[in-house]
Amino acid sequence: MRSLGVLYRRELGMAWGRGGGPLLACAFFACIAALLPLAIGPSPERLAAVASGSAWLALALSSLLSLERLFERDFEDGALDLIALGPASLETVSAVKCLAQWTANGLPLSIMAPVVATALGAPLSLAVITFATALIGGLGFAFVGGTGAALALGARRGGVLVAVVVLPLLAPPVIFGAGAIEAYAAGMGWQAGFAFLAAYCLAAMGLSPFAMAAAVRNALS
Amino acid sequence: MITRLTIENLSLSRGERVLFDALSFAVSAGEAVALTGRNGAGKTSLLRAVAGFIRPAAGRIAFEGAAGELEPEDARAAGLHLLGHQDGLKPGRTAGEELRFQALWAGGDEASIAEAVKALQLEPLLGLEVRKLSAGQRRRTALARLIAAPRPLWLLDEPLAPLDADRRAGLGLLMERHLADGGLILAAVHDLLPIPARAIEIGGGA
Amino acid sequence: MFGLANPQRFMDATRRLPAVLGVVAGLLLAAGVWLSFTAPPDYQQGETVRIMFIHVPAAWMSLFVYVCLGGSAFFGVVFRHALADAAARAAAPLGAGFTALALATGSLWGRPMWGTWWVNDARLVSVLILFLFYLGYMALQASIDDEQKAARASGVLALVGLVNVPIVHFSVNWWNSLHQDASVFRIGGPTISWPILAPLLVMALGYTVLFLALWIVRIRTEVTRRRALSLALKAAGAA
Repeated sequence: MRSLGVLYRRELGMAWGRGGGPLLACAFFACIAALLPLAIGPSPERLAAVASGSAWLALALSSLLSLERLFERDFEDGALDLIALGPASLETVSAVKCLAQWTANGLPLSIMAPVVATALGAPLSLAVITFATALIGGLGFAFVGGTGAALALGARRGGVLVAVVVLPLLAPPVIFGAGAIEAYAAGMGWQAGFAFLAAYCLAAMGLSPFAMAAAVRNALS
Repeated sequence: MITRLTIENLSLSRGERVLFDALSFAVSAGEAVALTGRNGAGKTSLLRAVAGFIRPAAGRIAFEGAAGELEPEDARAAGLHLLGHQDGLKPGRTAGEELRFQALWAGGDEASIAEAVKALQLEPLLGLEVRKLSAGQRRRTALARLIAAPRPLWLLDEPLAPLDADRRAGLGLLMERHLADGGLILAAVHDLLPIPARAIEIGGGA
Repeated sequence: MFGLANPQRFMDATRRLPAVLGVVAGLLLAAGVWLSFTAPPDYQQGETVRIMFIHVPAAWMSLFVYVCLGGSAFFGVVFRHALADAAARAAAPLGAGFTALALATGSLWGRPMWGTWWVNDARLVSVLILFLFYLGYMALQASIDDEQKAARASGVLALVGLVNVPIVHFSVNWWNSLHQDASVFRIGGPTISWPILAPLLVMALGYTVLFLALWIVRIRTEVTRRRALSLALKAAGAA
């Protein structure tokens, strides 16, 4: 347990260290939100209709941005060897890395999400559910995206590859998250979408560490 | 912990290429073995196979403790250090932070970290970012985890390469002390180790 | 070395199989096409219903091939079976091909039926995501240089996909029910009459046999390619 704490603090330190990963992801998020009205047109009604959905899409892309280097940097400089020879299994290590990724990036992004959605014209009453879905969805993004990042270890063109591999897998959380917000906005039952989102993220947390560990072992061999 | 490493009839291959075939030897407590052989003969692969990263094509790698044979996973998770070509240090973090992480992760504590800092004279480096260090200084920072987290089996891949003559002698002293405490050293080398070691040549041909 | 014992047995056993299966597939497809054109035109859709006989079996195949791919990947990853890796690798472009065919014919069919090339219907979207997934699989395989590592990494991805394909399908259905759109046409209704069903089944069988024939050819090619590579490396080592 103590050593997992050490690993978690290191991952957080690296995410927050020079280069300011979370700030960069938030800035990327804001850039998409700024470009969106330019692409769709400034009409408030049209923007408001797509505000929550667009915020969710931008969230998925921004989460992906910072995930790419999750395993790659440790693989390149040999630190992954050292980590693999530590007291915890690679499954646990992968889960801790994804959790740290979520704390460092998912949390700031989910605070940004209602701000961006409101700026685009979503009603303020949606802020809480936007934050909640983004927070939980971010957990799913971190674990599914981490799987993509681990699989792309040692590949040429890692970054684009991670996006191509991971984005199709992100369809369910995007559907459930944006669906829950939309249902809430329409005054319908939002609980179903929210529950599906939570279930997806729990399943991702339970299963993807095994895929990540298998991918890391393969890359190290 | 590990008192003997036994390698029996080991063959390793990379992709389609067989590196070596039917290699057998053992390393006992207090003994250093130097692996020699030309480039590409499989020295690094052998070290990585002992560390459990490469699955042997045939043969066995066994770790024995005082009470008989050990589970390979347990032996690897707590009983060996692998120091490869790369130092595993993050350029953007300070040498002190990186040393602390490496040592704590591998099972060391504050006292052993302080001891390692003294043994490798790292005090002036601790506050510097790794990117500011020379290759030799990085290597010393990486070597510190051998002392900071005591584990019996050291797998060293060209440990001397970036070090100057004085530092090599210093590392020799640390190795001697490790052997005297019942440690085992398996090192891939081009240059001679600064301590008496049994040499084993790997791979006659491809 | 790849364990050549099993691939050798496979190569011996399948020497004539592709030719036989190819002929059977050709006969079935010819019969299917003939049945398709003799089937009565649909009272609602007229002649365009005949696109269905190309389209629906292709959509079935896109899933069937994925199951074959995932199954092979499972044996490759869990039992480290070299032939299974080759089989998974060989299946991917075929699956992508069938999926692309399903999407293209679906779009051609959609133009006269829905008045548009693309409708964001649950079925279409989940087939599109499946197609993207095939592309991701092939991209991952192609961008790792070490072949064994590439096989294992893409095998793990295929397993991840095997878990995800039903979830994606379910989520897209859920999404579609949220945006229920009356203009979307649903195939056939409760019953499909025999003259329509017969060509559909014959075509589906023909597609399956064709896939098996092509798959075996591709696996054989893959095994041969690896042998050639191994011989070339040996020759390079001896020189």
